[in-house]
Amino acid sequence: MTERAATPPPGPAPAPDRASGEGPGALWLLTLARVRLFYREPSTLFWTFIFPVLLTVALGIAFRSRPPEPVAIGVVAGPGAAEARSALTGQPDVKVTVLDEAAARAALRTGRVAVVVVPGASPVLRFDPTRPESRLARVVADDLLERAAGRRDVLTPRQDTVTEAGSRYVDFLIPGLLGMNIMSTGLWGIGWVIAELRQKKLLKRLAATPMRRWHFLFSFAVVRLLFLAVEVPFLIGFGMLVFGTPFQGSALALALLALLGAAAFSGLGLLIASRASNQQTVGGLINLVLLPMMILSGVFFSSANFPDVMQPLVKALPLTALNEGMRAVLNDGASLAAVAPQCLLLLGTALVSFAVALRIFRWS
Amino acid sequence: MPDLAIRCRGLVKRYPPAVTAVDGLDLEVARGECFGLLGPNGAGKTTTVEILEGLLAPSGGEVEVLGRRWGEDAAGLRERIGLTLQETHLYEKLTARELVQLFRALYRRGRDVDEVLRMVSLEEKASSWYERLSGGQKQRLAVAVALVGDPELLFLDEPTTGLDPQSRRQLWDVVTELKRRGKTVLLTTHYMDEAERLCDRVAIVDHGKVIALGTPRALVAAHVGQEIVEFQLDGAADGDEAAFAALPAVQAVRRVAGGWQLVTDQVHLAIPALLGSLTARGQAAVALSTHRATLEDVFVTLTGRRLRD
Repeated sequence: MTERAATPPPGPAPAPDRASGEGPGALWLLTLARVRLFYREPSTLFWTFIFPVLLTVALGIAFRSRPPEPVAIGVVAGPGAAEARSALTGQPDVKVTVLDEAAARAALRTGRVAVVVVPGASPVLRFDPTRPESRLARVVADDLLERAAGRRDVLTPRQDTVTEAGSRYVDFLIPGLLGMNIMSTGLWGIGWVIAELRQKKLLKRLAATPMRRWHFLFSFAVVRLLFLAVEVPFLIGFGMLVFGTPFQGSALALALLALLGAAAFSGLGLLIASRASNQQTVGGLINLVLLPMMILSGVFFSSANFPDVMQPLVKALPLTALNEGMRAVLNDGASLAAVAPQCLLLLGTALVSFAVALRIFRWS
Repeated sequence: MPDLAIRCRGLVKRYPPAVTAVDGLDLEVARGECFGLLGPNGAGKTTTVEILEGLLAPSGGEVEVLGRRWGEDAAGLRERIGLTLQETHLYEKLTARELVQLFRALYRRGRDVDEVLRMVSLEEKASSWYERLSGGQKQRLAVAVALVGDPELLFLDEPTTGLDPQSRRQLWDVVTELKRRGKTVLLTTHYMDEAERLCDRVAIVDHGKVIALGTPRALVAAHVGQEIVEFQLDGAADGDEAAFAALPAVQAVRRVAGGWQLVTDQVHLAIPALLGSLTARGQAAVALSTHRATLEDVFVTLTGRRLRD
């Protein structure tokens, strides 16, 4: 048998015109195929480009910056109500309403007033300490009543109001949506698509050709990169133009974060799809990875809201690293060095997930 | 030793715990031959073919394709074979030409894209998306994609299953053309007419083993005979097997669902004798017919079952 293996295969010698039929390279055509499949599928265009913009617009409008709400104080009708009322009015940002006992309780419960004053020789301030605006209203009411009763202020601090760039909700939101978009395009764009190809036996069909396996996987990477180069500037540019969101830090640091984030989530997508033969299974697994990160990693609200015991977990999530890194660069002007820990976490996720995925990947 | 395109010995494929899909199968296919693997669904045809194609690892046995083993030089072998899977789906939103171009690019050498599209009569559909092709067109495109690397050896796994007659005929023409060009083709089918028409030799496979091997004509002659006379008896009358067997020129008698089959090589003697014998007993034959014996009859003789039971 070894003898046979050493001899060249029988059969006709390779045709001399071997090179004449050479068309464009395999890597190029595999990549071109992915690009064509992308733009011929309008729904992927929508989810990649239109959806994040719609989400930004909707949330940007819902949480736009508004003038401060007036402090709503209720006064219970009865003896002393008129005096209390005149003590409390006169301030521009205070709104006083006189109500009977039952109405006052209902108004406090439903949030129409934030504190209720029961007048008397020693007045009662009724409020809900779990509501921040209720605590604020108690302080304001207390202050006004004391002052009307003759308290003298010993300090009169000068007031200096500012609005920092990058402190609005929409400034917080844009980097979060960008991170979420990079995550979902990586997981769905790689994981879901590969699961589909396996289920349709197209992976098997391709594996039956002399195709180099890395050409196939590399074509996905190239296309991911290409769309990253469109989707990131698109969303940031949209935020800057429409909402005036800031871009304070280094563009290089942002590009690197986006690149590593895309690599990390593409790797996770590949890992999720590396063996499952059923597309539905992969869809479920993707959601299992994606949804917790959408909640925990600070897309819509700060991940600092989670208790301290959860913080190590929250900090270890790749989307947290991506969101924090991009927020630091866009809103706080962080340098490349300042976001190095986030970059390293993303790089590590990418390397580990790709290494494992390629080891266990199934073509049929 | 003949120049073999495929040689396998004692091929076994087990799916633990209890399934043995291929059970000690031997096969030799010469270069330039069109060889058919025939058998009912579940006989192990597809498993065998996928092992030969290097897509499945056998549990035991030896496989040599074009003189090489899959373990030695898989990449080199893939350049020299082409195949269609039993169920091929290609990219839904690429055109026929884009798909053939893509597969062409995966091979170092191969055929011209338009020539291949012409071979499978899809030149008019070259700009249509895959998802908009009919079943027959998709199947022909799968063959085009298998041919574009100009393979020495082509595997076609049930290429015409579920196709309309016109599409089947078009695919047969493609295979005939490949034979003319001296290519080796191994196809699986459960259509006996397809095998008789296209294949130089066939192997009948059942329960993961080859149960008969030869040219279609030789198999028919060896296992069945030339002609089959088929009839039913009128009313509830029961036939007499011994009496039928004693008729002149009748070589064998079989009871088949609802009637009888006589195997003969001289229909012109057998039928008058049969009718005379029945009349003498006061019986009558209905639904009397004759046909040239086919591979289907071979399968029935060998297994007692029909192919598509």
